[in-house]
Amino acid sequence: MTALVIAEHDGSHLRGGTANAVAAAAKMAGEVHVLVAGSNAQGAAGEAAKLAGVAKVLHVPGAHYDGGSPENHAALVVPMARGYSHVVAGATAFGKSVAPRVAALLDVAQVSEITAVESSDTFVRPIYAGNAFATVRSADAVKVVTVRATGFDAAPATGSAPVEAAPAGPDLGRSKVLSRELTKSARPELAGARRVVSGGRGLGSAENFKMLEALADKLGAAIGASRAAVDSGFVPNDYQVGQTGKIVAPELYVAIGISGAIQHLAGMKDSKVIVAINKDPEAPIFQVADYGLVGDLFQLVPELTAKI
Amino acid sequence: MKILVAVKRVVDFNVKVRVKSDETGVELANVKMSMNPFDEIAVEEALKLKEAGRAAEVIVVSAGTSACQETLRSGLAMGADRAILVETDAELQPLAVAKLLAALAKRESAGLAILGKQAIDDDANQTGQMLAALLDWPQATFASKVEIDGAAARVTREIDGGLETVEMNLPAVVTTDLRLNTPRYATLPNIMKAKKKPLDVVKPADLGVDVAPRLATLKVSEPPKRKAGAMVKDVDELVGKLKNEAKVV
Ligand SMILES: Cc1cc2nc3c(=O)[nH]c(=O)nc-3n(C[C@H](O)[C@H](O)[C@H](O)COP(=O)(O)OP(=O)(O)OC[C@H]3O[C@@H](n4cnc5c(N)ncnc54)[C@H](O)[C@@H]3O)c2cc1C
Ligand SMILES: Nc1ncnc2c1ncn2[C@@H]1O[C@H](COP(=O)(O)O)[C@@H](O)[C@H]1O
Repeated sequence: MTALVIAEHDGSHLRGGTANAVAAAAKMAGEVHVLVAGSNAQGAAGEAAKLAGVAKVLHVPGAHYDGGSPENHAALVVPMARGYSHVVAGATAFGKSVAPRVAALLDVAQVSEITAVESSDTFVRPIYAGNAFATVRSADAVKVVTVRATGFDAAPATGSAPVEAAPAGPDLGRSKVLSRELTKSARPELAGARRVVSGGRGLGSAENFKMLEALADKLGAAIGASRAAVDSGFVPNDYQVGQTGKIVAPELYVAIGISGAIQHLAGMKDSKVIVAINKDPEAPIFQVADYGLVGDLFQLVPELTAKI
Repeated sequence: MKILVAVKRVVDFNVKVRVKSDETGVELANVKMSMNPFDEIAVEEALKLKEAGRAAEVIVVSAGTSACQETLRSGLAMGADRAILVETDAELQPLAVAKLLAALAKRESAGLAILGKQAIDDDANQTGQMLAALLDWPQATFASKVEIDGAAARVTREIDGGLETVEMNLPAVVTTDLRLNTPRYATLPNIMKAKKKPLDVVKPADLGVDVAPRLATLKVSEPPKRKAGAMVKDVDELVGKLKNEAKVV
């Protein structure tokens, strides 16, 4: 059995999630290949070749893969997939767009956001915002799986697999990216950060939300948010942590002015240490917090920033 | 242009679901059911497109038991023109739903299909992408803005690093994200009107679709419990615990 991992990358580097998907794939199949598609993707292909467990990297040149086009990626992967037991991708915006498309064209099921591999055909995945975990078995010839990064430690860069060129698939030209508005930040990437400081509606405004920056900078933390904070325009959409946002499991998660709705908890309750600051002693966030502090965040956050 | 909107009946987002003690599933008896929140956003978007003159008809579709009629009536009460129930008691997985929707999209010659990005029960996030694949249509997932301009759709998508705007030709599939719009409430007169709107019932076999599940659920279990934490009285105690007990700073 061989698994094909669809890499996500920016040309020079693999994106977070790919190394975790490789680690999961290694638990599903004896051999792991990684597909790196795009123009000027030698850097990313080289990184993939170093991941432990990878036997071969398939480097497919083509500018029609650069925008992450789900149509073009699916058209590339589907003919290749018949030679594989598993097609695996990270459960990211990219992986979630491509994997179901691949599965449908293969007429197989897709297994989303797995957090554990029981055997080559049996996987564990959260349902109902992580309030239950389903163990599912796929009877399909090819298993198409997306991997929740927090469930698997990233494969370390200790290997040295060969990189082979492989032919490109068609450019279907079905959709094109007109523009991107990416959030710029010198802070660590939220999904893989070791520490996260998140704010909620309790911050009250975009202006006030900035007070979390000083604390995050002192901790070397990424900044996250609840849906309410994003909907209110305090921060961009990619800050949202939760069932329908990003899933994080840092060593330290500090929730500030966040009530702790089920949908928010779904995205952060696997964090190692959770700190909550909230003025409402009954806030559900305290039920998952290791350390809870009741009080006004506008006093407590500056004090914490000064003392930590 | 006709817009097909897929609406799923799910456990209401406010309910904290409980796993059954025999680990065969979650407790669904006497639990409040609602339209999947992302699907309300999908209906709203379709209605806005119709109001803006970009679409002629909005058709809501649900697949599942006869209880899904209630979900369809909610969509009609919001303003959809008619509804189709694909009735079955069978367990439906995303691939099967996508096949049912693909058959209906063809039958209706729909120009656009709008789905939620994710059903909050199975959290699969698959059906829209599968539908697009089966129809060989382009897709724009996680939409936060949709503009229709003649035969093209411009969609702003919420991606991991921020936002991205893609352009694609119709027919196409769009899946909704939270920021796309705020769904309207159905007014009482519209709820009354909805009762008289057409609701067709078809069976999967009428559409030539085999809905047999591909994944077997072996067990459904409780998530690992976090052990109860402690309250601290002030910032000094918090900093002390983080340094000396948790050792994370
Ligand atoms: C389909 C769907 C998907 C969703 N997905 C997500 C998701 O992915 N992520 C997510 O986060 N939510 C999600 N939600 C929303 C979720 O249900 C909650 O509405 C949201 O998490 C609430 O955000 P909040 O805690 O910031 O706001 P609130 O619930 O309003 O809580 C604000 C908190 O701040 C506290 N506070 C106020 N002022 C102060 C102060 N001065 N000092 C200290 N504390 C203060 C209050 O006591 C309160 O507890 C989703 C909802 C739906 C329906
Ligand atoms: N049984 C169903 N009936 C109607 N629409 C559905 C059904 N299942 C899924 N969908 C649609 O597909 C979207 C994504 O669901 P899922 O892929 O299961 O997360 C939902 O938001 C609905 O729009």
